[in-house]
Amino acid sequence: MTSPNSNGQAQASDGTGAAPERGSARSSDRGVPGGRPPGETLLRTDKLTRHFRIGNALSQQTLHAVDEVSLTIGEREIVALAGESGSGKSTIARLLAKVYKPTSGEIYFQGRPLSAIRSRADRLQYSGLAPMVFQDPFGSINPVFRVAHGVTRGLKLHRPELSRDERYAEARRVFEVVGLTPADEVLQRYPHELSGGQRQRVGFAQALAMRPKLILADEPVSMLDVSIRIGLLNMMADLRDSQGVSILYITHDLASARYVADRLVIMYAGHVAESGPTEEVMANPRHPYTQLLLSAAPDPRAPLGVGAETDRGEPPKVINPTPGCRFRWRCPLAIDKCHQVTPELTQILPGHQAACHVAQQGAEIKAFG
Amino acid sequence: MSSVPARQQPATGGASPGTPGDILDVTDLSVTYAADRGPVVAVDQVSFAVEPSEFVGIVGESGCGKSTLLFAIAQLLAPPAAVTGGSVTFKGRSMVGLTDRELAAVRWKDLSVVMQSAMNALNPVRPIRAQFADAMRAHGVRSKAEIADRSAEVLRMVGIDPVHLRSYPHQLSGGMRQRAMIAMAMLFTPDLIIMDEPTSALDVVAQRSLMVQIKELQQRFGFAVIFVTHDMSLISHFSDRLMVMYAGQVAEFGATQDLFDQPLHPYTAGLMDAFPSIRGPRRELLGIPGSPPNLAAPPPGCRFQPRCPQAEPRCAGTPPELYQVGGTQVRCLLHEDGGGMEGSNP
Repeated sequence: MTSPNSNGQAQASDGTGAAPERGSARSSDRGVPGGRPPGETLLRTDKLTRHFRIGNALSQQTLHAVDEVSLTIGEREIVALAGESGSGKSTIARLLAKVYKPTSGEIYFQGRPLSAIRSRADRLQYSGLAPMVFQDPFGSINPVFRVAHGVTRGLKLHRPELSRDERYAEARRVFEVVGLTPADEVLQRYPHELSGGQRQRVGFAQALAMRPKLILADEPVSMLDVSIRIGLLNMMADLRDSQGVSILYITHDLASARYVADRLVIMYAGHVAESGPTEEVMANPRHPYTQLLLSAAPDPRAPLGVGAETDRGEPPKVINPTPGCRFRWRCPLAIDKCHQVTPELTQILPGHQAACHVAQQGAEIKAFG
Repeated sequence: MSSVPARQQPATGGASPGTPGDILDVTDLSVTYAADRGPVVAVDQVSFAVEPSEFVGIVGESGCGKSTLLFAIAQLLAPPAAVTGGSVTFKGRSMVGLTDRELAAVRWKDLSVVMQSAMNALNPVRPIRAQFADAMRAHGVRSKAEIADRSAEVLRMVGIDPVHLRSYPHQLSGGMRQRAMIAMAMLFTPDLIIMDEPTSALDVVAQRSLMVQIKELQQRFGFAVIFVTHDMSLISHFSDRLMVMYAGQVAEFGATQDLFDQPLHPYTAGLMDAFPSIRGPRRELLGIPGSPPNLAAPPPGCRFQPRCPQAEPRCAGTPPELYQVGGTQVRCLLHEDGGGMEGSNP
């Protein structure tokens, strides 16, 4: 087991070190409605769709995991993709990582369509530019090697121009960036000698060694203890500010999305329900589903509104869907149109979009909370 | 909900003879795991009592001993874990050392346990009704009609259509499986239901509605609940009293509202400051640096001292006891003198 002391150093160093820098970045953000000034678009999806065939030969069915999702991620931007399980958020991460091929639609990375990637070299280059960090820090690192192995092996593959010593120096650099200090010592440890939070930092260090533009982080803190989650979220903000990477932060925890993300995309049943600058969406949610999520988030600082807790529904599995809003069965505001026409994601306020017929009529709605 | 006043606890964390009204009395309970490198004390002299119809929350990080404590109370420990000290008195009867046959009579009937993962706790190859029937037959209910009626009734209580009695666990959603587990726990309307993170696999909306439902059922049927979770914010509106555990020990124990309004232990305060809020101003949080200690070799003084922002030199050498401050017990030398600190006025 690790000594508590070195853990303390590792995590305190980024907690305190990042604070002033981030604090100032934040306060300047907050003045501008719409968060930070929009940077260059790094990644854009155009009607991205992924269906899965399920069932046997007698009953072929189609599960619509992701349907016509168009989202953008800017340079140096943390975008939170939030929703309940089954809403398609992990499928999007895997589409962006080229683990899955889209059923239809296209992903543009730095303006170039991903479907044009054919050669192994191009694939490798892309997976270095947009690496993934996984949810389970206990299952995603090979337990039989020292943690240095994972980082240097990735470097050997993605940056073959580096010599052995350069690879090690690079590993040391990224370990220091993610707050695993003293890097020399931590690199020589085995995964079981690290805490969950440290292991997840190793995951980020491995991603960072590729010199990525975008880190696809699929629920990176949900398996960690509450007391160390914040340290990791702070580290993600620090990576954005000091290393200039963008992060797609997939989560079901709106409070942590609010804490770290510049923009928020809420998914429901394979569709984007609402998107916009985080503070704007939180303060002014326009989609009934966003309102439901916000009213359900546990918050000891707020009184409990038991009256609003009538919703016991769960997100549907979207199998062979018919047109119409997918939230209509749970929505207290649903009108006839919702049962017939699938709502498009439409701008409601500058930079703030919602896919809701009722909200698009211009009325300020309050369905939950 | 949180207006239930703090129970008046005897002064220290030592042997506190339970008042006759208590349904469960845990006194100086210790649980040790026999490991290769020597014994690991996972639960270290924990004492508390639960009144009828009370909702007690237990929070802590993974590895703090909270689940081990539950298992010890329900007598579900298996080697290498064993109770090495203290007592568990349930309805006036000592639970430690009961034979399997004696325990079987108590389980489901007077005391039920709802486990973290309903998917693993339910038998995947049998429909729900068969599992309900098993529990009822084990307690001597023979009539098929009675079993069917009661099974349908408890399912309705948790908001599931009784047609699902025919369903297999995989045909239910995660929320429904957890509800079915809770329904099963209520077959005999026990006096105490022990819940080990029953909502942690659920989405926020399902989680919230399950919590509200547990609370409603509890108020309707008057059973007591011990609810273990790692998520302090989840339980804030539901528990009457809250125990914060750290490294196998009670760090702080008191009325939930008191703990949230004025956390006394630096660890409790750190936990409060570790989760962001969806409301109010967005501000920098620091969490708690470091990780919990290795219980095979805990720090000699205060176990939280290596991570504590308020640690003093003496904390490294002097293990703090549980001190009584107002209605709260707290294991921190800052509160050694008890009365003098803020929050001491009851």
